[in-house]
This record gives sequence, C-alpha cells and structure tokens, in this order.
Amino acid sequence: MNFSELFWDSFKNLSVNKLRTGLAALGIVIGIGSVIGLISLGQGSQLSVQSQIESLGANLLTVSPGAPSSGAVRGAVGGGTTLTNGDAAAIAASPQVTTIQNVSPELSRRSQVTTGAANTNTQVIGVEPDYQSVHKVEIAAGSFISQRDVDSLAKVAVVGPQVMSDLFGDGSNPIGQSIRINNQSFTIVGETVSKGGSGFQNQDDIIFVPLSTAQKTVYGADYLSSIALEAKSQEVMTEAENQVGYLLLSRHKLSDPAQADFRIFSQADILNTAASVTGAFTSMLSGIAAISLLVGGIGIMNIMLMSVTERTREIGLRKALGAKKKTITQQFLTESVILTFAGGLFGIVLGMIISLILSKVTGIPFVLAPSSIILAFGVSVGIGILFGWYPANRAANLQPIEALRYE
Amino acid sequence: MALHIMSNEPTIQVKNLAKVYKMDGVETVALTDVSFKINKGEFVAIMGPSGSGKSTLMHILGALDLPTAGTYLLDGQNVGKLSDDALAEIRNRKIGFVFQAFNLLPRTTALENVMLPMAYAGLPKNERQNSAQKFLEMVGLKDRMDHTSNQLSGGQQQRVAIARALSLNPSIILADEPTGNIASAQAEEIMDIFQKLNEEGHTIVMITHEPDIAEHAERIIHIRDGRLVEDALNHK
Repeated sequence: MNFSELFWDSFKNLSVNKLRTGLAALGIVIGIGSVIGLISLGQGSQLSVQSQIESLGANLLTVSPGAPSSGAVRGAVGGGTTLTNGDAAAIAASPQVTTIQNVSPELSRRSQVTTGAANTNTQVIGVEPDYQSVHKVEIAAGSFISQRDVDSLAKVAVVGPQVMSDLFGDGSNPIGQSIRINNQSFTIVGETVSKGGSGFQNQDDIIFVPLSTAQKTVYGADYLSSIALEAKSQEVMTEAENQVGYLLLSRHKLSDPAQADFRIFSQADILNTAASVTGAFTSMLSGIAAISLLVGGIGIMNIMLMSVTERTREIGLRKALGAKKKTITQQFLTESVILTFAGGLFGIVLGMIISLILSKVTGIPFVLAPSSIILAFGVSVGIGILFGWYPANRAANLQPIEALRYE
Repeated sequence: MALHIMSNEPTIQVKNLAKVYKMDGVETVALTDVSFKINKGEFVAIMGPSGSGKSTLMHILGALDLPTAGTYLLDGQNVGKLSDDALAEIRNRKIGFVFQAFNLLPRTTALENVMLPMAYAGLPKNERQNSAQKFLEMVGLKDRMDHTSNQLSGGQQQRVAIARALSLNPSIILADEPTGNIASAQAEEIMDIFQKLNEEGHTIVMITHEPDIAEHAERIIHIRDGRLVEDALNHK
C-alpha cells in the first residue's frame, strides 16, 4: 500500500465520526493557536520596544549615580547624589574624552503639577539645551529651553503633549499659559512633538525646565540624576563608555572600577535588557500554551485508543488477511498524524487571527516569523507520532484470533 | 517453498495436534492428538457440535493461532514455528478465509474489499484492480462492484468474501460456517460456488455443524470433545 492510499484510507476512517475527530483535533487547534498567537505577540512587542528605544536617540550613553553608600548601608542604584554639574562639564571639556559630541546633564523628579483647574503628577526634568539633540526632541510649538533660560534661572517650561491634554484639554494653545510646579509658577514656552508609545517610559508625559532652575529654585539639589551622552557614532560606543568611565573614576578619586559610584548604560544595554525581559515573558507564556498542547496530545491518544477498541474486529480481519504489525502501526499512526497536522493547520490560522486582533487592539505590530509556522507544523506532527504511538502499537499487537472473536 | 511443487506431498498435514488454553490458572483442553492429511484439490468438511474444538482446529489451520503440541505442515512448511509477521504472510498468500460473519470492511466497496489482501501482498494498484474485477465477475457480482458492504445482501456479501479469499490464489480456502448467516436459498448459491471452485482444483476446508451443508463435501471429518472421531469419504 503506498502513501497516498494509506492517506485516503486513514482520511476515510477519520471522517466516519466527524464530531469526535473534530473534538479530538480541537485540543491541538487551541494548543497550536495559543502558542502561535503568543509567539507572534512576543515578537511584535519586542519589535515595538526596540523601535521605541531607538527613537529615544541612537548612540546614547547614560551615566547614573551608583548606589549611595554610607558605611555598610547600601541604597538603591540611581538614588545617589554623586553626579555633579562639574562631572558633566568635565566630560564635555576633557581632552581625553574624544568620542562624545553632546553632553546633557539632567535632574529628573516626579512632581505634582497644577493649573487653576487641573492637576497631574508627571516627570519634571531639569535640562540644558543639548538635551534636545541628545534625545532627539522635536518641538511642535514655541521653542525648547535655551542657554539664556539656564543662565538666568528662568521659570519657563516645555511640556509634552500628554501633559498638555491632561492639564488643558486637547487642542488648546499652550504657549504663554502658566502652570505651577511644586507651587512655583512657570510659563510654558514650548510643546514637544508626540513620540508615541506607552512603553516603560512615556516620552509624552514629561515637562522640561532649565536645569539651573530645577536645581536651585524648585528642588534645592546640587547634584544630577543622570548625564546623557551622545557618542559620535555607533562604532565608538564601547570606547566612549571607557573614556567617560576612567574620567569619572579619577574625578571621584576611585582607583578600583568595582567601587565606582556611578553606572554607565548604553542604548544597547537597555535594548538587550528589554529584549531579554520580553523574551522571558514570551517563553513563559508559550510554556503555558505548550501545556495545553500536551493536554491536546493526551486527547488525541484517548481518541485513538477508543478507536482501536472500537475497531478491534476490523484490525483482526486485516491481520487475518495478511496485514503485518508494521502495516497496522502505519495505518493508525497516519490517522493520528493527519488529525494533529490538520489541528496544527487550523491552529496556525487561529493563532494568526488572535495575534492580528491583539495587534489591532494594543497597537503592537503584527509579526509572524516563518520559523514559528514551521515549528508549529513540526510540533503537531511530533505530537501525532508521540501520542499515536501507543495506540498504534496496541492495535498492531492484537492477536488476530482474539480480535476476530471480539463483539 | 520448494516442496510445494512435489505432487505427492499433501497440502495440509497435521500430526498429534493438541491445544490447551490457560486462563486464570485453569487449563482447558480444546484439542487432543488430532492427526490427518488433506491433499491438493480435496473438499473437506469438518463437523462437530459446538464446543467440540472445531473452531480451534480451524484457527490453527488458518495460522491464526498456534498449537500447544504437535506439528502443522502447510505445503510442507512447519507453521507452528513462525513469527507473527511470517504467520501474517502465510495467511496472506496461502489461506483464503471465508467467515460466518462475512467480515467485510464497512463503508468500503466490494471492489476495495477484494483488493485488500493483494494490497498487503504489495501488488501494484492496477493489477489489484484487474484481478479484483475478475474474481467479482466470477462470483456473479459484476454489477455490484461499487456497492459498499452495507448495500449488499448476506449472500452477496459472502460472495464478495469468496472473491476476496480467491484473490491471491491460496493453497486452501478455509470456510468457517460460510452459510451460517445466510438465508437457505442463497446458501445453496454459495455452496454451488464452492463446488465449482473445487471442480476447478481449489482445496477447500469447511467447518460446519449443518449436515446438509457438509453433504457438499467429498470427505467429512468429525470432531468431538477435541478428538478426531471419524474421518470418512462422503459418497454423494
């Protein structure tokens, strides 16, 4: 019997009890569907995180203060006060640092911001003009913080579109409006273009003020929460990281890099971290979905065992007419593989529909790698063989005489 | 296999055949010391009341079951010492079964049913189709080839089964109560076919408990309590 005959024979046997066949395959449909859906969703969110991080500015290095340590007590990373304006100025001025083209010292805090009628809690960042080029900020109306604003401790603010709509509603003209940050009045001089995205850091829910104003007038702090650096190119990122690191170590009078009271992240680091987080999340969800595949496989085995019992007489007859063990095994394995393959096919379609709908709802781009489709087919065929093996062997090992007697 | 062509060798040769079933530690003796020979071209009926062991004998002759003791030579080959797959090949090539319950595959056409043993023998599809058509014609079902088994009467189903049994030109045709489930008018037609096949040279071994069916055979073997009690020619 050749393969196409075996196929049509099995197909005919499966179509005898369509409801049962359908229900058995449904387990595989749901299992493969959820795995495909989740993998696609994971790949989509990875892509969106990636493009979002890239939109924050390529060639970006961020220096954060290390954990503040006083004696044996060590605080959280980023909470320190060890980065100063002097550090930022030194990076910009040092002849040893040849790979950095822009330096942006920043002081970032969450603050309550109010107008006469509305209030919101948002990110307030004290910045210098270089911030705009380092972080690729585009201005929709008015202008960004200028050097004169910084020099004169001006109480001016540039707001993100999200803050605008929270405080004034959509479509109003922001320029010249007045807001209060920590009970001090600021005049809005510009609004940024939306960067979109709602990832881990919303670039639209943000207020920029001059760094000097933030440090001296609003928060009374003489340190920085971070220094953002723009390297000259992607290729010199590692070199830039080293140059800045050695400069800061010597400025902070530290000889051992292990004791550094600051940390330098590159965009690549953040990208990798984000990718590994979404990757871990995806594989965890896919793992859960894989369990439903396992349950589906057990369903297939159950149905095949039932079918073997039901067709005991038929198996006995086939053996009486000369079918060898191998022939019977082949027949039942073909049936279970057809079942799971068809289940896999519908599952892939279902998974694509699920991830298409989810991407429409969440705005995550729709991605489906051909490798995951191939994987899904492979897995469904594998399940058919794995869970069809025992029933098929049970059929093959039936004694023809017992099988023929079976009523 | 070479012995097959030696004309003086009997087709079936059983010697001191015994079969004991063990179930839950209890031994049941089904056959004791049965010996006989059947030559090529004979038409033999094996008779006996139910529980006499005639079904057990038929299973052993059909290579569906192995004897506990004694030897069974089919065409000179010792069937008692073969593996499952070798037995499957014997059943496929050398034995044509005709069962009481017809045992056709459901939802399958007469033609496909007859083609099945030839498929297991590995014959190419068109060859299978041609011989299946030939044998169905021979049993008078030329215009019923595409009917599925449930569209056929009992007698017609049994004729399909006979065509299936003939399909690989076996050494013996083994019929187990072939008319047991068939109305008597049609039963006569079935017996006519067997008689015709016998006249053409086929060796036929038929198990039955009905004396008037056994009358069609030229030799009758009587089994009682697992023993061969009478083996005589039937003078018609």
